[in-house]
Amino acid sequence: MTELAETRSASMPSLRPRLEIVPIILFATFAAAPLLATVSGAEGYVLSLLTRVMIFGIAAMALDLILGYGALVSFGHAAFFGIGGYAVGILASQGIEDALVQIPVALAASALFALITGAISLRTKGVYFIMITLAFGQMLYFLATSLAAYGGDDGMTLASRSLVAGSGILENDFTFYWLCLLCLLGTYAFSRSVVASRFGRVLRGTRENAVRMQAVGFQPFPFQLTAYVLSGMMAGLAGCLLANQAEFVSPAFMTWQRSGELIFMVVLGGLGSLHGAIIGAAAFLLLEEFLPEILHASSFFLSEETRAHLAENWKMVFGPLLILIVLFVRGGIMGLLRRPYHG
Amino acid sequence: MNATLLLVQALNGLQFGLILFLIAAGLTLVFGVMDFINLAHGVQYMVGAYLVAAFSAWTGSFGWALLLALPSALAFGLLLEVLVFRHLYDRDHLDQVLATFGVILFLNQGVKFVWGAAPLSVPVPELLSGSVEIANGLLYPVYRLAIIAAGLVVAALLYVLVNHTRVGMLVRAGASNAAMVSALGVNIQRLFMIVFGFGAMLAGFAGAMVAPILSVEPGMGDNILILAFVVIVIGGIGSIRGAFLAALLIGLVDTVGRTFAPNLLRLVLDPAAASQTGRALAPMLIYIFMAAVLFFRPSGLFPVKR
Repeated sequence: MTELAETRSASMPSLRPRLEIVPIILFATFAAAPLLATVSGAEGYVLSLLTRVMIFGIAAMALDLILGYGALVSFGHAAFFGIGGYAVGILASQGIEDALVQIPVALAASALFALITGAISLRTKGVYFIMITLAFGQMLYFLATSLAAYGGDDGMTLASRSLVAGSGILENDFTFYWLCLLCLLGTYAFSRSVVASRFGRVLRGTRENAVRMQAVGFQPFPFQLTAYVLSGMMAGLAGCLLANQAEFVSPAFMTWQRSGELIFMVVLGGLGSLHGAIIGAAAFLLLEEFLPEILHASSFFLSEETRAHLAENWKMVFGPLLILIVLFVRGGIMGLLRRPYHG
Repeated sequence: MNATLLLVQALNGLQFGLILFLIAAGLTLVFGVMDFINLAHGVQYMVGAYLVAAFSAWTGSFGWALLLALPSALAFGLLLEVLVFRHLYDRDHLDQVLATFGVILFLNQGVKFVWGAAPLSVPVPELLSGSVEIANGLLYPVYRLAIIAAGLVVAALLYVLVNHTRVGMLVRAGASNAAMVSALGVNIQRLFMIVFGFGAMLAGFAGAMVAPILSVEPGMGDNILILAFVVIVIGGIGSIRGAFLAALLIGLVDTVGRTFAPNLLRLVLDPAAASQTGRALAPMLIYIFMAAVLFFRPSGLFPVKR
């Protein structure tokens, strides 16, 4: 893991308290969006898209906490999405529909899974860590596909969104949007304080040089494990929200491709800044949503049939775009934003 | 639980394990020599299957299709190396994972674009169709036996190539210390290309061999890629011998486990619960196995000494 750490150390945020403009703009945009959605006319569509963006933002940020600050490349983070989602789905099918029960259960289950798998995975380093987290993710995926009582491969549809203290206020898309924004803000504030604390500094130290941290008297393991558990719990929370948003849970929540997408979101946004991960999630989902249309619109000089074909095969553009971003946009979107200030 | 069923499942497991080995061999070499995580190795397997499907539709003969598909798979691997992978060798693992993930997205859609989303099927070659009796009243398809034979032959060739030729010596040297090999005046760039193209061809060969018994479809390489990673991690990255043993182990554990996990559990649980738990447990077995191996041997069964 050390090679990873050394090449990625440029994005270290400054320690002195300073008003950061980017997250303020980001959260202001999310707060203002419902108003714009009402004006736009396609309110349901805009709201559900942005809700998804925020939910994936929480998960990507959770991953950034260990990936950006601890250089732990977890390739199985989608598993926590699944744990959160299935906690909601299974409890709901047993008649427990209150989020005040579901969310704590989901968090506890995520924490337990993270604690067990983290304790095993963190014994390994580098590529072995990537692979073992991938294996644990796959394990849970196959477990979900074999849960015949809960839909197996096909997944399960939720009868309704979770209740809050017995009332169905989340059925309203606006209320649900605000809840997601609240969760996003809450997890962001929490992660910020974790990163700024002594704990966060030790974690960054292990990212830079684990051996040196040991020499100054810190065992990296408990710090890394704690970060892994915290990250898993936040991603589990995102899973609860995602299940509620889609009113559906399925093993597709936790395919390894989904874990890859989460990593991509973090890298796209820029490692180690937390809000960068949210921006990365937004960029990824919006690109996925609008790339077919962008392709269709920008190929106006081609025949209608070719244009439709191009829009349908947008992934053939998306894949190479991903490669190009990796090759040429170091530091992600946050890197691009930061560049002017640092010459 | 009877002996015949066990024999059939063991043969199936052996066949699956050998296919896994063909894929994992290239992956572990690329990884060991170049320290490069290639997620796109699975799509090379898929491309091999598609190539054989296309060529056999064109020539009408599986033999010719295989002969044409192998160099095409090699050329395709080299093309990818020059276009994409070459620029990633000195990047960290994270970048490699992401860029090769992009290659997967592109190629999965690419085969849909060229051949359509519907699965293709390749007829089993005339010569190898039918079944033989391998034990009392037990018929086993000849083609599956042919896959086992081909897998064993390739494994033997690979063993000779890696252990008893000059290129093999360089590859082994590269796996234990690439910088030193380069410093001794070996053109490491060319060695990388050879290893890469060869790995791609092996994966393509695996895809071509299974094309007649599986459906050829987009995304068919995605799951087997993960299994190949499990194999190389258990075997120890960079070790061909480890990959061979781990591939056979995984093939057997997976195949035999799926059949016998419910039966074994019936000894301790009631039948309904046993079949339920068995079905849940079977696909997880290999991952549990991998976690267990890594718990006790964090760098695999046969770590390459650095």
